[in-house]
Amino acid sequence: MQSFLQNIVNALQWGSFYALIAIGYSMVYGVLMLFNFAHGDVFMVGAYIGFFVSSGLLALAGTGAIALPPGVMLGLVLVLTIIISMFLNSLVGMLIERIGYRPLRGAPRASAAITGLMIGIILETGNLAIFGAQRLSFPALIESTTFQFLGVSITNKKILIVFVSILLTLALHQFIRRTKWGMAMRAMAFDFVVVPLMGISINKIALLTFAIGSALAAAAGILFGVAYPVLDPYMGILFGWKAFVAAILGGRGSILGAMLAGFLMAFIEIFSVMIFPSTMRDLIVFSVILIILTFRPHGFFGEPYSAQMRL
Amino acid sequence: MGIQTETVTTTKTGLREALKRFWKPYSRIPLLGWLVGALAAVLLELIVGNQFGRLLGMSKAPALLGLVIIMKTPLLIPSALAYVLVIYLLPAGIIARVGTSLANRAAAFLYQANTGLSAIIHLALFYAVLHLWSNLSDYRLLVVKLTLIAIIITLSLNVVNGYMGEFSCSHPGFLALGAYAASIFTIVLFVNENRFGDALLPPALGPFLFPIGLILGGILAAVGALLVAIPSFRTRGDYLAIISLAFMFIVLSLFNNLEFVGGPRGLSNQPDYANLPTVFIWTVLAVWIINNFVRSTIGKALNAVRDGELAASTMTVDTRRTKMTAFLFSAFWAGIAGGLFAHIIRYINPGTFGIRKLAEVLAMVYLGGLNSVAGSIVGAVGFNLMGEALRPLEILKWIIIPVILILLMIFRPTGLIAFTELDPIALLKPKAMTNEGGDHVAA
Repeated sequence: MQSFLQNIVNALQWGSFYALIAIGYSMVYGVLMLFNFAHGDVFMVGAYIGFFVSSGLLALAGTGAIALPPGVMLGLVLVLTIIISMFLNSLVGMLIERIGYRPLRGAPRASAAITGLMIGIILETGNLAIFGAQRLSFPALIESTTFQFLGVSITNKKILIVFVSILLTLALHQFIRRTKWGMAMRAMAFDFVVVPLMGISINKIALLTFAIGSALAAAAGILFGVAYPVLDPYMGILFGWKAFVAAILGGRGSILGAMLAGFLMAFIEIFSVMIFPSTMRDLIVFSVILIILTFRPHGFFGEPYSAQMRL
Repeated sequence: MGIQTETVTTTKTGLREALKRFWKPYSRIPLLGWLVGALAAVLLELIVGNQFGRLLGMSKAPALLGLVIIMKTPLLIPSALAYVLVIYLLPAGIIARVGTSLANRAAAFLYQANTGLSAIIHLALFYAVLHLWSNLSDYRLLVVKLTLIAIIITLSLNVVNGYMGEFSCSHPGFLALGAYAASIFTIVLFVNENRFGDALLPPALGPFLFPIGLILGGILAAVGALLVAIPSFRTRGDYLAIISLAFMFIVLSLFNNLEFVGGPRGLSNQPDYANLPTVFIWTVLAVWIINNFVRSTIGKALNAVRDGELAASTMTVDTRRTKMTAFLFSAFWAGIAGGLFAHIIRYINPGTFGIRKLAEVLAMVYLGGLNSVAGSIVGAVGFNLMGEALRPLEILKWIIIPVILILLMIFRPTGLIAFTELDPIALLKPKAMTNEGGDHVAA
């Protein structure tokens, strides 16, 4: 029972990463009807940006310019890191949209998919070329304290990760539901063609979608760095593809669905390792997903009909 | 006074006009002539290639048409260009041009006598060119073999991605299935080694039974394709992409976990059965069969399913059977290519068939052109040559190639040569003799 609860806690943490990245995929897919295969590498770039921002902030704090107790100082660094990295990564995302995807707005979607793959390769190789193959070590931004609850050990890191991801998801949900920009994004997801007729600039909404998605990916990257402080250029690949599958599992354009599917995938992964040998983890996860998609091809919250095929 | 008709001559730029005039006599050379010219060039290279290269300042004949030298040592660019000009272009051009009428007569004779014979002679000449060219170094042989199987892979993927318009990410999985199946077949039957025990059959039989191993690999890949084809009945487009992606990861994970084929450490010791004639023959078979497949009724059915599935089903196209056939056919050839690949490199592990391979095969298809056999060939050859040429740049290679592909996607989203049919019989015809100045209307 204890290990069961422990695994639930671990799955919640692991699922937070998938959820945040999957939301970015899902948003871009819903609004722009294209797969941004570079998103996993945007997550990686976000983590690296977080590394540099936090290192810089820590160096700044180390000069002793501002006098604050160390705990508060670290917390401030963490919050600032997340905010600044999210902003910077959103610029990266907007750049990718502007250079890679906007020229392909009317082209067959497969071309956009290839472009996404290529941009991902460029990001990985660029990282490898600039920083070399040596892995970077994310600076420690939280003093790790462990609580014992019902025999389950929960670190404050895990609580932070789950808390931040749920907070960001709720914030995004409110943004989509209640603001005009959000309404514009929903309109674009509903009917792409009519939106410019209503005086809304598709380019601006596309940039905004990519910006939000990349910001969330940066948050995921930093949280990942907090939990597992080793960064390498290829860390985004497996996460990216699994989050992509989670986004599709959640249904086209559904943020709630993407989050749920991300957590579901994490749960399946963690619990399959509990029962089966750990090397079969990927096999089991993808088999389960294949079965789910065979019987419910449009995902949890997607529409049953195959919507406008803009091939 | 009669009505004066004037010739309307458009003023073209001097360069374009000059180029057209230059190319005109060459446009009359049939394929046979070019093949003989290429053969002459390759023979010349065999005789004087190395010495000429040394004369120009390179240590020997340039490995890959001078492309690698250009990237590695820019100072030698003039030498490389001179080499290509003198050894390849000039002999081929001169011999082809001088023998134009002879070649045309020969081509016409063969064409009338027996088109099959004509095809065989052309193929034999082409093989001779490849064989002699790759004789110069092992590196060339490897590049030629890998390019030939890249052609098979690209063609097979084009059947599903181009002709049927799906976005299928499962091809590395089919490659892996074919590679492992063929490897296990040859290793178990013909190789003495410690994992699978002694050879069950005399190794001398190996090269003759190798095709059976390849076909078994193809069949296994086709069976695997069922996992993708059956869900494809209910879904299209994006969801099929996910299902095929999940299939690829499942196959990868499966091989990573199967200890008896080596798991993550992979499988080696494949015998050296994939020599150039074998690979060449399989490539020719693949091009011929796939070209006939896509030009047949079922090829049209593929296009119909892509362009409008509902309309196609009302026009007596059995969409389920079409999808099934397309996936299984494509997977079969991918399995064959995987088996050949395993025996060329003689070491496979699950990592070879991962996301990077997927990006490569998709790039080859979209580079060359969708829905086109000629495009697939161009894409495979172009991508491989580009990859080899850029190899000296090491890590920059994987920045330059994606940039080139992105630019291609922006300016030609469907690829270089898309949506064109290839008529191989037309290639064998002699080129018609036109009069000098026959394209102007006389007043």
